[in-house]
Amino acid sequence: MKHCEYQQIDPQALSTPTPTPTLPLQQAVVQEEKKGETARRKWEVFPGKNRFYCDGRIIVAQQSGVLPLTLGLILVTTVLFFVFDCPFLLKHLTVFIPAIGGVLFVFVVISLLQTSFTDPGILPRATPDEAADIEKQIDNSGSSTYRPPPRTKEVMINQQVVKLKYCFTCKMFRPPRTSHCSLCDNCVERFDHHCPWVGNCVGKRNYRFFYTFIVSLSFLTVFIFGCVATHLALRAQGGRGLMFALQESPASAVELVICFFSVWSILGLSGFHTYLVASNLTTNEDIKGSWSGKSGAEDTGNPYSYNNIITNCCSVLCGPMPPSLIDRRGFMPVEESSQTVATEIELAAKKEINVVGGPTPSQLPPCALQVPPSPIPLPATPNHLQPDLQTPV
Amino acid sequence: MAETHSLQDMRQQAAIAAKVFIQRDYTNGTVCQFQTKFPSELETRIDKQQFEETVRTLNNLYAEAEKLGGSSYLEGCLACLTAYTIFLCMETHYEKVLKKIAKFIQEQNDKIYAPRGLLLTDPIERGLRVVEVTIFEDRSLGR
Repeated sequence: MKHCEYQQIDPQALSTPTPTPTLPLQQAVVQEEKKGETARRKWEVFPGKNRFYCDGRIIVAQQSGVLPLTLGLILVTTVLFFVFDCPFLLKHLTVFIPAIGGVLFVFVVISLLQTSFTDPGILPRATPDEAADIEKQIDNSGSSTYRPPPRTKEVMINQQVVKLKYCFTCKMFRPPRTSHCSLCDNCVERFDHHCPWVGNCVGKRNYRFFYTFIVSLSFLTVFIFGCVATHLALRAQGGRGLMFALQESPASAVELVICFFSVWSILGLSGFHTYLVASNLTTNEDIKGSWSGKSGAEDTGNPYSYNNIITNCCSVLCGPMPPSLIDRRGFMPVEESSQTVATEIELAAKKEINVVGGPTPSQLPPCALQVPPSPIPLPATPNHLQPDLQTPV
Repeated sequence: MAETHSLQDMRQQAAIAAKVFIQRDYTNGTVCQFQTKFPSELETRIDKQQFEETVRTLNNLYAEAEKLGGSSYLEGCLACLTAYTIFLCMETHYEKVLKKIAKFIQEQNDKIYAPRGLLLTDPIERGLRVVEVTIFEDRSLGR
């Protein structure tokens, strides 16, 4: 812990080893007590637009999008299935039907919650020292008095030229495949898209959860659809007709309608993402046509692909799980907490917005399943962190 | 009061002369590798070979963490079968290597860099973007 001591300091004695001074003022004592008792966790001062729960363990986007609707639809359909269709099918067919349904349902819900609550691969913003260092390097190559056009840096990746863009919000050159999500106000590694159905970005760390979610949801939807159709067909046997069957089991009609309208989009999405996984592409790159040669350049294959479907699939879905880079639950360094006294009101307000803020479900057309990020980075937002010039040794 | 603070800050700022940032090297794709080019600011402080050796060892450790091989696929498949719930209880291979890296950096700092007035910051604290080398003022020269 650093303390400030009140004594006459002889400027000529500055080269002597640093003493450990203490602040004797009352305010300072209270401040120090505060420092000891309520050291801030890093999620409380996180500059992006995310919200945190369970003391930083759970991270979601600012707006939960239509996640409640997604969960609701899945729960309602599956509960109706188990209550109204399973008893009949259990009696007339096999016990495996509810068993398989149960397993699929568990997979769907767990992978959905993991996609929504996991850090997608957010890159922490550059520290002021880093930003200054980068600015120095850029200014060396060309000066300007106004904000220059988007800065780019070219690197060679697997013998191919790739342009790295400078992010004005995060104050750094974005690594390859990283994109800035305007909804979450973060740079996300291997950015795929911001999914409103899931209420979070899909990026490097949670892509495998997202893929598991949509694949298992496809299976679940098709399974329920098939079982309900079988159920109604069995009831309608013997010339009694479909209307009779529907009258006996009206819930099945509800399930049929829900499944029928969602199966096409979900199957389509699963197919699309299977293609992306097999070619090691992201939705973002596919939409922009980064590697398909649309830009007119000759040698534009995907430099990240292993050119082998199996290797691509394995590396995307079964590769090592990268760690979260934002260290949500770590404690702020002590110098930060003394400097944040002035901005405590601001931070408290932000904390309330972060933790308590109610979601505003956006009304989205059913076909807008994916929201591509804005291609232009946002202008720099005020950084709540004070400059950290002293690194604790 | 303010003067004392600023004098103290001055003293602390006098201690840190400069910071050098070793950027990432993307020639092999998105794997975590750092440039081994020796920065000119460190020429007076440390041997080029020594520094390049440190960065090369770091790169090898990160490559080991991100290696695609039998064991990582096994971990991935097992995780998929359990709907990724094992990530909640088990420490992943990557995290184990990160601990190794933290120990390595601590060792390097204690043995090689601190005696020369330098400090390496673990890249994980900077979002795996840079290796930050803090150069401290040489106290013997005074200020």
